[in-house]
Amino acid sequence: MEEETNKNQKNTRRQFLKKGLIAGAGVAVGGSLIAAYVDATATETGEKVKVLTTDGEIMEVDKGLLKLPRVSREESHQGLPGRKFVMVIDLGKCKNARKCVEACQKGHHLPKSQEFMKVYLLQDSEKTSPYWFPKPCFHCDNPLCVSVCPVGATYKRSDGIVLIDNERCIGCKFCMTGCPYSTRVFAWKHYEEFEQDKEPYSPEAGSPGKEGTVSKCDFCPDLIRVGKVPYCVSACPMGVIYFGDVDEDTVTNGTETFQFSKLISDRAGYRYLEVLGTRPCVYYLPPVERQFEVDRGFGDLDEKIKERYKDTPYSKKHNP
Amino acid sequence: MENEQNNPLKEFAPQLERTTMQGYTWILFLLLVIGVGFYAFLQQVLHGHEVTGMRDNVVWGVYIVNFIFFMGVSYAGALISGTLHLFKTPWRKPVIRMAEFITVISLLIGPCFILLCIGRLDRLPYLVLFGRIQSPITWDVIAISTDIFGCFIFLYLAVLRDLALLRDYELLKLPKWRKKLYKALALGYTGTPEQQQRLNRATDIMAAMVISIAIIVYSVLAWIFSVTLQPGWHSTIFGPYFVIAAVYSGSAVLIICMWVFRKVYHLEAYITKKHFVAVGIIMLVLAAFFGYFTFSDYLTKWYGSEKNDELLIQLLFKKFYWPFIISNYVGVLLPLIVVGLARFRTINNITFTAVVVVVALWLNRYIIVVPTLESPYLPIQDARPEWLNYTATWVEWSLTATGVAVFCLLFTLASKFITIIPVSGVTGEEKKEDVLI
Repeated sequence: MEEETNKNQKNTRRQFLKKGLIAGAGVAVGGSLIAAYVDATATETGEKVKVLTTDGEIMEVDKGLLKLPRVSREESHQGLPGRKFVMVIDLGKCKNARKCVEACQKGHHLPKSQEFMKVYLLQDSEKTSPYWFPKPCFHCDNPLCVSVCPVGATYKRSDGIVLIDNERCIGCKFCMTGCPYSTRVFAWKHYEEFEQDKEPYSPEAGSPGKEGTVSKCDFCPDLIRVGKVPYCVSACPMGVIYFGDVDEDTVTNGTETFQFSKLISDRAGYRYLEVLGTRPCVYYLPPVERQFEVDRGFGDLDEKIKERYKDTPYSKKHNP
Repeated sequence: MENEQNNPLKEFAPQLERTTMQGYTWILFLLLVIGVGFYAFLQQVLHGHEVTGMRDNVVWGVYIVNFIFFMGVSYAGALISGTLHLFKTPWRKPVIRMAEFITVISLLIGPCFILLCIGRLDRLPYLVLFGRIQSPITWDVIAISTDIFGCFIFLYLAVLRDLALLRDYELLKLPKWRKKLYKALALGYTGTPEQQQRLNRATDIMAAMVISIAIIVYSVLAWIFSVTLQPGWHSTIFGPYFVIAAVYSGSAVLIICMWVFRKVYHLEAYITKKHFVAVGIIMLVLAAFFGYFTFSDYLTKWYGSEKNDELLIQLLFKKFYWPFIISNYVGVLLPLIVVGLARFRTINNITFTAVVVVVALWLNRYIIVVPTLESPYLPIQDARPEWLNYTATWVEWSLTATGVAVFCLLFTLASKFITIIPVSGVTGEEKKEDVLI
């Protein structure tokens, strides 16, 4: 019986590779990832879903095979070999559509009150221009959060990703005060949304959440494993967020792909609060040649969300 | 055996033998406060930390403030009793045991507050099982557990002679089990010259140890804050600043204890104005140091006015105006005036000042912890009021009151078990000289 399943899986694997399928609307970040995806110990459910191949053809695959593989807690300590991930956020294109926030919350089964990705309305000084500032975890190369954790619940992997193991976290919140970017969130109670996720917990999925522990943006390593980009990247309608690999020197937002080093050098990319010495893996492109007025960011927002920005210098000046 | 009539215990025995109606009411009241605190704690366990005022920005609130506060008070005993002992300060006898009690009791309460702050109490053993030495919390775990151990030994050595005395005093009207307990705890100490010499030597060593461990504990506690990059915390002065603030608060608590026990147990003959002035002067010197460190810390922040330091100072002078004024002005100047000028130096004035100092130092810790967390590098942009501003809930206040109540209760019980003034080695006529100087 087991052998048969194995054979089945092997067959499916062959089919996958033959057709050069890339699951869903995801974008391959690296060639090895397709294999990683098919290697997953998924089982067939009999239910078929339609996906788009790279050739633009629609084909049917078993739903069970599309499920994201979840690695164990031990495995999650190992970075993807030979990789070093990086994110580039183009501030010139952001209009606070908040699709990144919503997709991230959905993907990680988060309640509305927890945001791994936050969008700030920043203005560096009185005379400078305000801009929308999406802020994920910076996955710093010198992460203070990792240094201060007393139990090793948060760790830095060889591929640059900083993860949290919420089976280990004792909830002392020292990492939250250690992080100078207010990146981390705490589960102040048990949220119903956590229950939507029926899969076993994996630090790579960052889900299901657990009361009394800390969590944060994880760069979606479970998606990267299967050749997809993080939820926020694929959800952004403006293509603001680019994701990629420093060693491959490539970043993509799903529609455009750039040479990372050239993009940073041509567009004067920078890291936020470089002065703190945390060495973030997230770069920003300055908010120049804007595609939208800052005001557009208030467009279709919920009243509740709008209210967040009422105390910013910009809002005070424009809607006193 | 000594002459029973001349035994100094004769005078102090009623303290141990009888508890007045008032005494019982007091204990009942404390138990009531503790009961409410227990209910509050249950709420927190059942409903999560949402029942507190802490949220994602202000992740540490009153609990951490209480933690620093009680640890600081404990330091008083350690440093004051340790130094008084080592330097053989002549007037130390009537107050030294109180200082030792303060140390051990608040050292038991302080760490409980950090536990209240921890999201998953069930995983507490992980601190040992998976402890990482790189984390200042691990430093803290090691330092505090060493401190508790050391302070217990120091206290035990200090009370050993009295335990032997209690064991030998036949007129003591106490239940059998109490007498048996004294006998067991006295470890067969009879006061032979060899025993005396060993005990003195051990106490000297422990006094020195306790002083140094306490400095380490308090510095480590300060480093939990100053190793982070947060504006207002990331300061090199925090180690010594916390140490000074700790002894300062401890000296004030000692004065309050002296006043209370003097009244309750009628110790007017033993604890005199002289003692209040002496401890008051320690408090005054510490006030000056504390003021100097505070000034130094804020001056450099304000003068250079980095953007985030400036925001923090604005916050301190607007939203936290009164706590700031009370802790850093009143709390510094009042002891300088009251103890500094001879004409204000009365027992009640000094005690009142001590109460103000204790409040001021609690507030000082509050305005170190909360405003910094309310002004992070990235401005807090949130529509939820509880996310913007921290306000402690009834659960936190109730547990704070419980901390104070447990302190009072343990102190009361301790004073029922061993005399609050060391009586050993004091006999008959010598007593007045030795104790009163």
